[in-house]
Amino acid sequence: MQDSLEIDDSQATRDRSNDRGSPFAPHDEEDVRLMLDAVGATDVEELFDIPDSVRFDGEFGIEASSEQAVMQRLHRVLGTNDDVTEFLGRGHYSHYVPSVVDHLSLRSEFITSYTQYQPEVSQGFLQVLFEFQSLVSELTGMDVANCSMYDAATALGEAATLADRVREADGSVVLVPDYLRSERRDVLENYTDGSDLSIRELPTEGGMVRPETLRSYLDDDVLLVYVENPTSEGVIEEHLTEIGSIVNEESSLLCVGSDLVALSLLQNPGQFGADIVVGNAGVLGLPNVYGMSIGIFACRDDFLRQIPGRLVGASRDSAGDRTYTLTLQTREQHIRRERATSNICSNQAWVALRTAIHATYLGPDGLTELADRCTRLPARVAAELDEINGVSAPVNDAYHFREFTVAVERDASEVVSDLVGEGFAVHERDDQTLQVCVTETNEHRIDDFIESFREVME
Amino acid sequence: MQQHRQAKWNDTASEGHEPLLSEKDTTRYEPTDTHLPDELTREGVELPSLSEPELVRHYTRLSQMNYGIDSGPYPLGSCTMKYNPKFTEDLAALPSATVHPDRPSKSAQGTLQIYYELQDYLGRIGGMDAVTLQPPAGAAGELTGILIAKAFHEYNGEADPRDEIIVPSSAHGTNFASAAMAGYDIVELPADDDGRVDLDVLSAAVGDSTAALMLTNPNTLGLFERDIEDIAEIVHDAGGLLYYDGANLNALLGRARPGDMGFDIMHYNVHKTFATPHGGGGPGAGPIGVRDGLAKFLPSPQVGEEGEEYTLFDPEESIGKVHGSMGNWLVLLKTHAYISRLGDTGLTDTSAKAVLNANYLASQVNLDVPFEPFHHEFVASAAKKDAADFAKKMLDYGVHPPTTKWPEIVDEALMTEPTEAESRKTLDQLAAAFNSVDDEGEDVISEAPNATAAKRIDQTKAAREPVLSWQQISD
Repeated sequence: MQDSLEIDDSQATRDRSNDRGSPFAPHDEEDVRLMLDAVGATDVEELFDIPDSVRFDGEFGIEASSEQAVMQRLHRVLGTNDDVTEFLGRGHYSHYVPSVVDHLSLRSEFITSYTQYQPEVSQGFLQVLFEFQSLVSELTGMDVANCSMYDAATALGEAATLADRVREADGSVVLVPDYLRSERRDVLENYTDGSDLSIRELPTEGGMVRPETLRSYLDDDVLLVYVENPTSEGVIEEHLTEIGSIVNEESSLLCVGSDLVALSLLQNPGQFGADIVVGNAGVLGLPNVYGMSIGIFACRDDFLRQIPGRLVGASRDSAGDRTYTLTLQTREQHIRRERATSNICSNQAWVALRTAIHATYLGPDGLTELADRCTRLPARVAAELDEINGVSAPVNDAYHFREFTVAVERDASEVVSDLVGEGFAVHERDDQTLQVCVTETNEHRIDDFIESFREVME
Repeated sequence: MQQHRQAKWNDTASEGHEPLLSEKDTTRYEPTDTHLPDELTREGVELPSLSEPELVRHYTRLSQMNYGIDSGPYPLGSCTMKYNPKFTEDLAALPSATVHPDRPSKSAQGTLQIYYELQDYLGRIGGMDAVTLQPPAGAAGELTGILIAKAFHEYNGEADPRDEIIVPSSAHGTNFASAAMAGYDIVELPADDDGRVDLDVLSAAVGDSTAALMLTNPNTLGLFERDIEDIAEIVHDAGGLLYYDGANLNALLGRARPGDMGFDIMHYNVHKTFATPHGGGGPGAGPIGVRDGLAKFLPSPQVGEEGEEYTLFDPEESIGKVHGSMGNWLVLLKTHAYISRLGDTGLTDTSAKAVLNANYLASQVNLDVPFEPFHHEFVASAAKKDAADFAKKMLDYGVHPPTTKWPEIVDEALMTEPTEAESRKTLDQLAAAFNSVDDEGEDVISEAPNATAAKRIDQTKAAREPVLSWQQISD
């Protein structure tokens, strides 16, 4: 293992820019002298009004390096990530991201800009975010969408606090299905920690919510019901229309978790009675980057003034042209402080740009066809795995989206570890259950994967 | 004197600038022959579909109607808009950085090593004993830190009386909102006449109900809280914790550390201090540092080291999770690269040049700066002019204006943070922009800006008649 603070690449060149201090501060000695003269100081240290008792000597023990040395070292460190083919999902998915997404999103006018507090000089990004809101609105079937949350988990947390604020029912219970990933549930618990809300779990059967079970769990205490489509196990919910009417009858709110690819094909949440849609927009625009993503937040028009996060609206400028600007900012922390709808300030705007580019590159036909493929691939792979001795797939008798669970008659952790040895990563769910995710990004390895699976089961 | 005219694409069809995607194309697509039965699918979707050349032109034109730090100076106070080194983007684009968060740890050792090292770097820089990288933004870091304070008091059986968080009046709005999200009542602390925390007022405010004091240092006026050790003692004697808002850390790099000042919990805004790009509003990252006794409450998982291997572990009294996985990984990777590029000498020089730049710029600007001695930022007063109009007119000189009308302790505030990345020449141009606007009449500046893609935008109309999507435009 490398000493974490040592740069030892022998070929790394010393970079003169480090000799002056920060390579990203443009001053030479003459500049510093002239500037100190102007402020009436002889040394920069005089400008610091810090008591001696809390002064620090500047010795962090981190050595400066040339750009080349940092690049070489971090290349090498990242290179120690195994080169495995991932059949992993559970809320984090990779779809092929076309090159044009990088090229356009890295234009420095976009990536080096800040939140659009001066809209007149930020029309480009504001229009991007307005278009993102529109895309999300179409795909979720909701009246309004904000211009991003951090991820699907925090968006769910924000949905719960919105339900608490709009108070269409008296209850304080957030009902979540038992398939909800524990990570998302943990985030939900923390977002509701400061409120009177509590979380209650709804049992599911065969991987999906059963209307009769839901009915028996719905009482006056329930404020919000959350379901996912597809679920974290890849199951496509089959009773959403009935679920929507049951929840609406009881005047609870219905929140649906999904993602932008699935939404292009699966039942439209706006049509079966969803009040809020949250989820993952990063399926478009970002590959799997260790869970970094972008959250969707969309809802009914009448919750508009309770929405968390930033909203971009159209207006006019003094020349009468249509323009865009951040709006309804009195909901936000920098104005409303402790009475704000959320504490969110920085969001995932740049990822929203990437998502919008990717979505428009695909168009409605490309997007829907991608989603259709996400329903065919798991069916095919599950059928092939099911033919292996000691393997049963899919566990749930349902339609699947991208992924499905697999029962194995062998210790699941050993199967996972043996598959890593063969160059494949899958999820271990419990002692005898795995989960497998397949999209167009690993489709070309399906035959090898099935073959390796067969070998490790022998 | 620098002049600038921003690109502006006009299109009569869209009644404005570059047409919306939906105005370029709207296609309704209804799939046939899907794998799923009809009752599980929607009827169709209506979205724009552009060929790659059309798509590239659309976004290129939009980028030309957007101002970034690469376009010119961006001295937004408290935002630390500094140059974003390009090489970090190349690292973030490496296929080996593209890893699923549920991979077995053994198979993602490179990523975990970078997490582990960055936890260590940030601990050293802040003088903190343990660090989590999970919070995806500064405000998320604040919420995490306050939840840790809450868990600490619960652990000690003191949660019941401690239901208040003290926040100075001039603090960032997120401090109030984050504390409220965690369920706390806010006690607002007015500043003394010097713009700093008044020890008598603080002593009167703390007590058995105090969970924590949230403070930024230097404060939003750029002033160092010289009594920080007394402040820490007052809060600690009352049984509370001291929380450091890292928004202004750029002023102190290498010269003072929150941990040495007595802070128990802090967040770092890596998109400010450590030069990761702001991306038009995000993603950022808001790691949290804590002193020893609080490490057991950190979010799960943490990255540790066992022998030759990096591993994930759950702290014993963890507050759980504040992000669905491990935070904004690509941002953290860029942070690591920036810190290892600069090292001790570069980091220490950063605060020197940031503070020198703020002092030099203020010396060249003909506006009153009521509070001194400031560090990385100063708050000038537009005096009899409206600060918002003042800012709009600055746009015509090819510079981004400061943060306006905040903190409120300064009349018509222009909160200005040039950062270390601006040259003396650029600062002179920025000062010339300030001074030109100062010389102009309110009648002229209230008509500004004129050199930008859009002229003055009607904010009232946007809020009163919200139009939030292209669907609502066509309605």
